[in-house]
Amino acid sequence: MQALIKRWIISGLLLITQVANATPESRFNMPRGVTPISNAIYDLHMAIFWICVAIGVIVFSVMIYSLINHRKSLGVKPATFHESVKVEILWAIVPFFILVVMAIPATRVLIHMEDTKQADVTIKVTGYQWKWQYEYLDEGISFYSSLATPIEEIHNKAKKNEHYLLDVDHEMVVPVGKKVRLLVTANDVIHSWWVPQLGIKRDAIPGFIHESWMRISKAGVYRGQCAELCGINHGYMPIVVRAVSEKDYEAWVKKERDDITAAEALATKTFSAKELMEKGKSVYENVCAVCHQINGLGILPVYPAIKGSSVSVGKPHSRHIDIILHGRNAMPAFGAQLNDFEIAAVVTYERNAFDNNTGDVIQPSEVKARRNVKPNVNQKTAKKKPINHHHHHHAS
Amino acid sequence: MSEHAIDSHHGAPQSKGIVSFLARWLFTTNHKDIGTLYLWLSFIMFFVGGAMALVIRLELFQPGLQFVDPNYYNMMVTMHGLVMVFGVVMPAFVGFANWQVPLMIGAPDMALPRLNNWSFWILPFAISLLSSTMFMQGGGPNFGWTMYAPLSTKYAPPSTDFMIFSIHLLGLSSIMGAINIIATILNLRAPGMTLMKMPMFVWTWLITAFLLLAVIPVFAGAITMMLFDRNFGTSFFNAAGGGDPVLYQHIFWFFGHPEVYILILPAFGVISQVIPTFARKRLFGYHFMVYATASIAFLSFIVWAHHMFTTGLVLSASLFFMYMTMLIAVPTGVKVFNWVSTMFRGAMTFETPMLFAIAFVFLFTIGGFSGLMLAIVPADYQYQDTYFVVAHFHYVLVSGAIYALMSGVYYWFPKWSGRWYNETLGKWHFWLTVISTNITFFPMHFMGLAGMPRRIPDYALQFTDFNMIATVGAFIFGFAQLIMLYNIVASLRKPKTVDDQVWEGARGLEWTVSSPPPYHSFTKPPVANFDDMI
Amino acid sequence: MSDLPPPNVHRKLLWLVGFVAIGMFSFAFALVPIYNVMCKQLGINGKTGGATTYEHVTVDNDRTVEVQFIVTKNEQIPWHFKPNTHHVTLHPGQLKKVTYFASNDTAGPMTVQAIPSVTPAIAAKYLKKIECFCFQKQTLAGGKSANMPLIFHLDPHLPKSIKTVTLSYTLFDVTPKKESRES
Repeated sequence: MQALIKRWIISGLLLITQVANATPESRFNMPRGVTPISNAIYDLHMAIFWICVAIGVIVFSVMIYSLINHRKSLGVKPATFHESVKVEILWAIVPFFILVVMAIPATRVLIHMEDTKQADVTIKVTGYQWKWQYEYLDEGISFYSSLATPIEEIHNKAKKNEHYLLDVDHEMVVPVGKKVRLLVTANDVIHSWWVPQLGIKRDAIPGFIHESWMRISKAGVYRGQCAELCGINHGYMPIVVRAVSEKDYEAWVKKERDDITAAEALATKTFSAKELMEKGKSVYENVCAVCHQINGLGILPVYPAIKGSSVSVGKPHSRHIDIILHGRNAMPAFGAQLNDFEIAAVVTYERNAFDNNTGDVIQPSEVKARRNVKPNVNQKTAKKKPINHHHHHHAS
Repeated sequence: MSEHAIDSHHGAPQSKGIVSFLARWLFTTNHKDIGTLYLWLSFIMFFVGGAMALVIRLELFQPGLQFVDPNYYNMMVTMHGLVMVFGVVMPAFVGFANWQVPLMIGAPDMALPRLNNWSFWILPFAISLLSSTMFMQGGGPNFGWTMYAPLSTKYAPPSTDFMIFSIHLLGLSSIMGAINIIATILNLRAPGMTLMKMPMFVWTWLITAFLLLAVIPVFAGAITMMLFDRNFGTSFFNAAGGGDPVLYQHIFWFFGHPEVYILILPAFGVISQVIPTFARKRLFGYHFMVYATASIAFLSFIVWAHHMFTTGLVLSASLFFMYMTMLIAVPTGVKVFNWVSTMFRGAMTFETPMLFAIAFVFLFTIGGFSGLMLAIVPADYQYQDTYFVVAHFHYVLVSGAIYALMSGVYYWFPKWSGRWYNETLGKWHFWLTVISTNITFFPMHFMGLAGMPRRIPDYALQFTDFNMIATVGAFIFGFAQLIMLYNIVASLRKPKTVDDQVWEGARGLEWTVSSPPPYHSFTKPPVANFDDMI
Repeated sequence: MSDLPPPNVHRKLLWLVGFVAIGMFSFAFALVPIYNVMCKQLGINGKTGGATTYEHVTVDNDRTVEVQFIVTKNEQIPWHFKPNTHHVTLHPGQLKKVTYFASNDTAGPMTVQAIPSVTPAIAAKYLKKIECFCFQKQTLAGGKSANMPLIFHLDPHLPKSIKTVTLSYTLFDVTPKKESRES
C-alpha cells in the first residue's frame, strides 16, 4: 500500500514537472513572455508554485498516512494528546519564515517594475465599449482597434479561424528593444489592458491615467484581451501588439500617416454604386453586425433592425448619416472611428441590402458636409446636437 | 453527567390543517424551526444558483455563442454570484447557527426570538425581489456580483435600484442575525461554560457575527452611494464630479474581503466539530484554534486591496497589502495543521460527514495555495481577472464552505430529525461531488494561467478542451446534488430511530438531548463538565 | 414557551452592537473624505490639488523634467479639445503657461468639467497649478471656442528619479439636464 502511494506521489510530481515546463503556447501554464517584466513574473510564479507544492506534499503525505493507518477498523485505539504549545509555535514560525523568503523576490520584482527611465515611444491606450484606441503621442497617429473576427464565426455559421476572438482590424505596432510607455485610460466604464506575453495588465479607469511600460525583446505578434467586465461585449475587445524591427516600425508610422492623408482625400472622390456596396458590406460586417446582426434584423428590443427600418428606408437619408456620425441613444458615435468614405459606403449598403432597395447612393462628400451642419437624429430627449465633428486623426 | 432537559416532550404548536401549518412556520420564534426554514431556503437557492451556473457552463462548453446572448450571460454570472453568496452560503450557516448555537451552549433559544423570525422572513422577500429584476425591462444586474462602478451606476439597467433595495434587505437580515448570535453567545451560555470552553463552532460563529456587524453596514454604505450616484446626481464614483470609480472598489472590498471570511469561518467551525467526532480524539490545540480564528478575522480587515492590484496602487500600498495577505496563511495553516493533528493517531471511521470534512481539508488547502500565489503582486498581474481566480475562489467556496455545509448536514441531520440518512446514498453523493468538483474547477487553474479572462461568454480556441471538461464536471456536480435532496426527503419519512448520542465519538451538549430534541430544550440550564466536551 | 431570561438582560449589549452597526455605516460614508484626504496627503492616486500661489520658489537648474499633456473626451462628447502644446521640458520650480484649445461643436451651450490625472501618481502632489481651467466648470455657447490657460510649475522637491510627468485631462459633459433623463 505504501509503495503504491509512493508511486502515485512520484507520478504526480512528474506530471507537474512536465506541465510546468510546457511551451510558451502552453495550455497549462503562464507564458514566459518577451519582456523583462513578464520573465520576472514567470520566475516568481514558478518559485511560489514549487514552494506550495512542497508544503502540500508534506501536509498531504501526513494526512494520507494517517488516513491509512489510524483507522478504527484496524483496531487502533485513539491517542489522547490534544495540545502542544511548542508545536503550535513551531508551525506558526516556520511558515512565517517561508513567507518572508517568498516576499523578498516579490518585493524586488515589484520595485523594478517602477522603472522611470525615459521612454522611446509613448502610446496612450483608451478603452471603449467595446474596442481600444491607440494614440501614438510622438508620431501624431491615432486609430481604433476592434475585433476582426467575422461575426459568422461567433454565431457558428463559419469555421473558427486560428486566432478566433484574438484578431483586430488595426494592430498596435511597436519597435523591438525600445522602451514603450503606455498611458492607460478609459472612455466610459472600467476596462483592463492585458497582454500575457508582455506581462502587462493595467486597469483603464475613466477620468484617470495610469502608466506601464514594456521593452519587447523578440519580434512577433502578441495577443491579449480586456480583463475587466465592461458590458455586453467584454469578451469581444481583444488586443494585438506586433513588435517589429525599428526600421519596419518607422516604415509603419509613415504608412499610417499616409493612410490618414489618403482617407481624407477620399472625401472628394466619387465612387460607383458597386464600389460603395462592396466597401459598405465590409464595414457593416466588421463594425455594425456585432449589434445589428449579419442579417440586419438586430436583437430586439436592444438593437434595432436595419432591415425595413424607418431610418434605413425613410427620408431624408441625411438622418441615417447623422445617426452614424453622432450616435443615438445607446448607439455610440462612429464619426471619429469611420472616415467619410466608410460611412458613405455603409449607409449605401444599409439602404440597399436586406431587401431595403432604396436605390440611394451616398458619396463621401455628402458625409463630410453633414459633419458641419446641425444633425437630425430624432432623439427622444434633447441631447447634444453636434454641428461640427472632427476626425479623430488630428495632427500633433 | 449532564441532566437531560426537563421538559414536556410536546412538539411544535401546530394542529391539523393548512392554516395551522402556515401559522406555525410564519410566526415561529423557535430557533429549531427558524433554523429549519433557513436551511430549506438555502437548499432551494442552491439549486437555483446551481442552475444559473449550468447555464454559464453550457454556454462555455464550446467557443462561439450557442445558447444565450452576452448580456443574458453577464446576468447569469452576476446572479449566480449574488445567489450563492447571499442566498445559499450565508443563510445556510445562519440556519446552522440557529439550530446548533442554543443547543451547544445549553440555552433554551436565541436571545431575541422574534427578531430571529424577522431575520428569516425578510429573506424570501428580498430574494424574490432580486430574482424579479431578471424579468424587468432592461434585464437584471449584469455587472458581476462585485458591481464595479461606473458599469453598475451610470451604465446599469433600471432594475439595479431594485437590486440595491434587495441587497439592503439581505444585509439587514444578516445584521439582525449577527446581533442575535452575539447576544445569545455572550449572555446565554450555561453556567460554567466560559468562553474558552465553548465548542469551536460557537466560537467561529461569535467571531463571524462580529465581522458581519462590522462590514455589512459598510456594504450598505457602498450600495447607498451607488443608489445616490444613479438617482440623485451625486458623484461618489464619477470622476466628472470629483469622484473616483476606484473608491467604490475600496469600499466594496473593505466589506468584500471580510465577507469571504464570513463565508468560511463557520465552515471551519463545522470541520472542527466533525473531525474530532470521527477521529474519536479531542480537537488538537483548541486554544490556538480560537486565537487563529481571531487572527484571521482581524487580518481580514487589512487585506482588501489585494483585489485591486491592477488598478494602479502606489508601491507602498501594493507592498503592504501583499505582506498582510501573505500573513493570513499563517493562522490558516495553523488550523489545517491542527485538524491533521486531530486525525493523527486517532481511530477514524469514514461516515459521510467525515468524508466531506477530510475532502474539505485537502481541497480547501489547495484553494489556499492558489490564494497565496494570488497574493504575490507581480504574479497577480497575470492572474487577476482570469480563470485562475475563478479556480481559487471555487476551491475555497465549493470544496470549502459548501463541503462544510454538507458535512454539517449529514452530521446533525440525525439529531435534528431523529432519522438516519441513507449512508450508501451519502457516500455516492460524496464521491460524485468530490470527483466532479475537481473535474470542474481544477482545469480552471490552467485556463487562467494560459490566458483566459473571466466573465466572458466566448473564448479563443486554445481554451476549448478544458472548458469542455469543466462543463461536463459541472453537470455531474449539479445532478449529484439531487442525491442529497432525495436522501433527505426520503429519510424524513422514516421512523425516528436515532438515539441521543448518534455518533460514538461525538461530544457536546447537543448529544445529551433526544433526537430530535424537544421543541423547547434546555428550559433549565444544564449542569455538566464542559472541559470534556471540547 | 421557553424559559428565556427577560429581554432587558441583553439591553446594554444590544445598544452597543446597534451602535457599532450604525457607526460602521457612517464609517462607509466617512471613507469618502478619508480617501480624498489620504490621496492628497500621500500624493497618491494621481489627483492634483487646487490653486496654489507661486511664492518663494527656487528653480532647480540642475535638471529638467518633461511634462506631457494628453486629453480624453469622455464618451466622445462632440467638442474639439486638445492641448496646444504637447509637451514642455522645464526645470522644477520654473513657471510655465500652456493653453488648451476647446470648441463646443454643438448647436446649444454646453458645460464641461476637465478632470486632471497625473502619472506617475506620486508626481501629482508636486504639480502646482496657479491658474487652471480645470478649477471650475467651463461653459461655451454653441459653436464657440476658446483657448484655456494652465499656469503651473513643478515643485523642486519632486523626486529626482522622476524625469517624465504626464498630465491628463478628461473632459466630461456636466451640462445640467433640462428634461428628465430617459432610462
